[in-house]
Amino acid sequence: MSLDESVTATDHDVTTPVTSHEREEGRRSHSLLTGSDRRTLTLMTAVPSFLHIALVWIPAIGTFILSFTNWNGVRWSSLKWVGFRNYEQLFTVFEKDLYESLFNNLWVMVALFFLGTPLGMLIAYILDRNLKGSAIYQSIFYTPVVLSLAVVGFIWRSVIYSPGQGILNSVLGRTEPGNQIDWLGNPDFLIPITSEYGLSKNFMALIAAMIWVHVGYVMVLYLAGLKSVDPNLREAAAIDGANEWQVFRQVIFPAMKPVNIVIMVITVITSLRVFDIIDVLNNPIGTDVLSILVTDNILGESGNVGRGSAYGVMLLLVCFGFAIIYLRNAFGEED
Amino acid sequence: MTTRKTEIGGYPSPAEWAKDLNRRTVLKGGVALAGLSAIGVSCGSDAATEFTGAIGDAGGALTIGSNASDPAPQAGLAAVVGSFPNENVEVTINTLDHNTYQENINAILQAGEDDVLAWFAGFRNKFFADQGLLGDISDVWDQVDGLGAGFLAASTATDGKQYFMPTSYYTWAVNYSKSLFAEKGYSEPSNVDELLSLADDMASDGITPFVFANDGQWPIMGTFDVLNMRINGYDFHIDLMGGNHEWTDERVRNVFSTWESLLPYHQTGANGRTWQEGAAALETGECGMYLLGTFAASASEALAADMDFFNFPEIDPAIGAGALDAPIDGFQMIAEPKNAAAAKELLLHMSTATAQDAYLSEDPSVVASNSGANTSVYNDLQKKSAALASSATGISQFLDRDTIPDFAGECGNMFAEFIEDPSKVDSLLSDLEEKKVAIFADYS
Amino acid sequence: MTVKRWPRVLAHFFLIALAVVWLVPLVGMVFTSFRPYAETSIDGFFSWPDSMSFDNFRNAWDRGDMGQHFVVTIALVVPAVALTLLFSSMVAFAVSRFSWRFNIALLMLFTAGNLLPPQAIIQPLFQIYLRIPLPEIPFISNSGELRGSLIGLILINTAFQSGFCTFVLANYMKTLPKELNEAAMVDGASVWRQYWQIVMPLTRPALAALATLEFAWIYNDYFWAVALIQQGDDLPITSSLRNLSGEFFTDENVVAAGSLIVVLPTLIIYLILRRQFIGGLSLGGTKG
Repeated sequence: MSLDESVTATDHDVTTPVTSHEREEGRRSHSLLTGSDRRTLTLMTAVPSFLHIALVWIPAIGTFILSFTNWNGVRWSSLKWVGFRNYEQLFTVFEKDLYESLFNNLWVMVALFFLGTPLGMLIAYILDRNLKGSAIYQSIFYTPVVLSLAVVGFIWRSVIYSPGQGILNSVLGRTEPGNQIDWLGNPDFLIPITSEYGLSKNFMALIAAMIWVHVGYVMVLYLAGLKSVDPNLREAAAIDGANEWQVFRQVIFPAMKPVNIVIMVITVITSLRVFDIIDVLNNPIGTDVLSILVTDNILGESGNVGRGSAYGVMLLLVCFGFAIIYLRNAFGEED
Repeated sequence: MTTRKTEIGGYPSPAEWAKDLNRRTVLKGGVALAGLSAIGVSCGSDAATEFTGAIGDAGGALTIGSNASDPAPQAGLAAVVGSFPNENVEVTINTLDHNTYQENINAILQAGEDDVLAWFAGFRNKFFADQGLLGDISDVWDQVDGLGAGFLAASTATDGKQYFMPTSYYTWAVNYSKSLFAEKGYSEPSNVDELLSLADDMASDGITPFVFANDGQWPIMGTFDVLNMRINGYDFHIDLMGGNHEWTDERVRNVFSTWESLLPYHQTGANGRTWQEGAAALETGECGMYLLGTFAASASEALAADMDFFNFPEIDPAIGAGALDAPIDGFQMIAEPKNAAAAKELLLHMSTATAQDAYLSEDPSVVASNSGANTSVYNDLQKKSAALASSATGISQFLDRDTIPDFAGECGNMFAEFIEDPSKVDSLLSDLEEKKVAIFADYS
Repeated sequence: MTVKRWPRVLAHFFLIALAVVWLVPLVGMVFTSFRPYAETSIDGFFSWPDSMSFDNFRNAWDRGDMGQHFVVTIALVVPAVALTLLFSSMVAFAVSRFSWRFNIALLMLFTAGNLLPPQAIIQPLFQIYLRIPLPEIPFISNSGELRGSLIGLILINTAFQSGFCTFVLANYMKTLPKELNEAAMVDGASVWRQYWQIVMPLTRPALAALATLEFAWIYNDYFWAVALIQQGDDLPITSSLRNLSGEFFTDENVVAAGSLIVVLPTLIIYLILRRQFIGGLSLGGTKG
């Protein structure tokens, strides 16, 4: 340790400011770095960071700038600066689309958070007890995760939900003309919030498909986490007379904190980014989400890049809101 | 230049439509002039390559961007290329599926990899031509033989030049099963009252009169189109599509009232039903009639063999039943093609009866645009389509081809909500009007 | 640990019921893929089959030109996954094993980048790609620019996926004992050797897990591919599924068959790597 500290002292100025570093010295050994090591390390971070910034962050800034134009996506000469007009229109003319999609994104989040994620955790928790046939169960629940979305769309739109031919109506005996249930087309509210906004029945049908995919995903992540929990902990708690729920609540769940965070982040990302499944199910009425509005405008034939970018910025803002909450939790304790 | 302006061949409804075009050109003179000056620069370069009309001078490589992912049209396009007499040109066909192609047309135009692009006539073509993204092919049109004035009009942009080569079309009408009509003794109605009594007969026979399927939110646009053209006439419809009437107008409101009165004759739960399921309902006899394009027959061989159609009957005798949706497909050239000479030769070839006969030999679901095409090989549906279109007094291209694509999407949304709850029509229409103003503001 | 008999029976009950719900759509698809469209469109998907055959599979393979697209897919996915893991592990190594001025900022950049929706960045990205020329190499960059090239597709997938991977790998590497580096340094091992010969081998489980996930994601992506590539032949396999849809008519049974063909590689990889996969995703869960 003494060697380490002495080198640290001489190297302070080069790598890290003394103040923020003081606490960490001795714990981390960067200070032994030679000049060439430092160059290696710089290169190791610089190349990936450059790529990430150039292809992800710079375009994100570009989208922000384009949201103040009426650009059609083709000729720069047609670009006009329109100030906040696009945003103004989002909150007036396109108000209903905007709020409807914000609500829908929220519904996805709520559903995944309270249904999909806990269900995946529960399955993982049960499978972790070395049940017979665990591998088979795992494979069944995981398969939807690796299916291409084209097929997820086909399965749900036709095989399951088709009013006249789908399995669901066949099983329910609702295949006669007039009594068929229109799973994907009925925008009536299941849970109304106001007269104009709420959780519509067909959106719930879409959410069912999302949960179908999401559960397997959470299951593998959680199963992986559980494998790393010390089995002695559980034994000890069981001997103390704690019941199953208490063991989970007081021992397993807290021990799984890092995994829980990852799963929460993934749940949030999934619900904010949700796009493909709605797109492949042909985006029925009342099922817009922000990413659909962005895509329709930006990539649509009309090339409404300005308005689409404004929707994109709204999406970015929502994402950043969550990112900040998350980052504060994840990194806050390190400082 | 002179021959083609006067020639009136077969389809579509030449006299009426040509007249209409002239009137509209005059009305929009101001806009046209503005547009002309705006795109004047980008079009300049194309004039340099003078097209003589002879096929065989060009050479080199040429790429066609195609949206024909279905087997029949894909084979059809290959046959067209196979029949291209200039063997010095090496033609490559770049196929993307129809949906991807359409959604990515902006990227395709900017990529500039394909010289000639499959596309749609009318507004959708003009939309890109007016932005200077397409090459002027007026000199190719100078050599064209056998395309009527309707096609010329549908290929002409705001600047009065041609940017499109129409090759085929299909019609929208009321499809039905011949065997069902024979079995129950139904006959084709000639006015709306007869249509309604036919529907009543079907209902009392336990048959749902109309298939109603709207998954994807485009199929029922056809219902709006035909009702609007029957109630308010062709000119009003086209002007409405062009953004020149308010959607809150009493006349538009009337269309929705009529539509509402017809809804009880339709299947329920349309928004979650694909058109293919709708076609199955027609095939099984669950439903009696289906307003759709003739592509309905492609859903099954059994249906194709048993299907017939009639033109949607007149509602207002003063307006008649002369107008219909008959979308025209064809090809356009990008503004800066790598091989303009070969592109123009191929486009001219595509306009000929030879090329279209080659196409139709592989894909008999559409009708040739060239009046010289061999109609003796047509099946009954094709013959009827051709006859229907040539007697039409006005041809529209279908709602999503007649207006700004963005706005068409909004219309589709509005129609889907309307059929769920017709009582909301007034607020839906005023919302739609607001969106129209916002969307059109960027394109006028 | 041992579980009493009754809870065990109950657990099986619950899992079987749930598995049935999960299987219905999958079995429905497999079943459909063996039946002709003409049959299911009239009788519905829940009906006794009159005829079953492999026709749909043959049809999907030919019409989707799947052989060609599989080659493109392998040429895309393998380098993209490798590059993603290489880049993210380098950044993760740097931020988790060393204290450095931009440590947290860097990790935040990648983590937050992971939250950005692809739709929100596609238009500027397309414009950037349009303007970066590449030498025309057959297959690798047919278009002569980043847009339309395999390289461009590999780069955006790498850049986009490295957010998530950096985050996971950094978490994992933090759990490795610090003494490893110290000992190595005393031995005079360079930073690169520490990374490549000490940390990377220990990170193998996490890398295997991420490789499985990333393989599935990049393999199934069609957003980047369709937005950035305009030549049908250059698109990866997922797009050949789209080619099975027509302008109007889509033979859904052929699509089901095609989907089964396309999903096989990812399923096989999962089944082979399942153990490492679950083991490696422990994501730095605290041991006790």
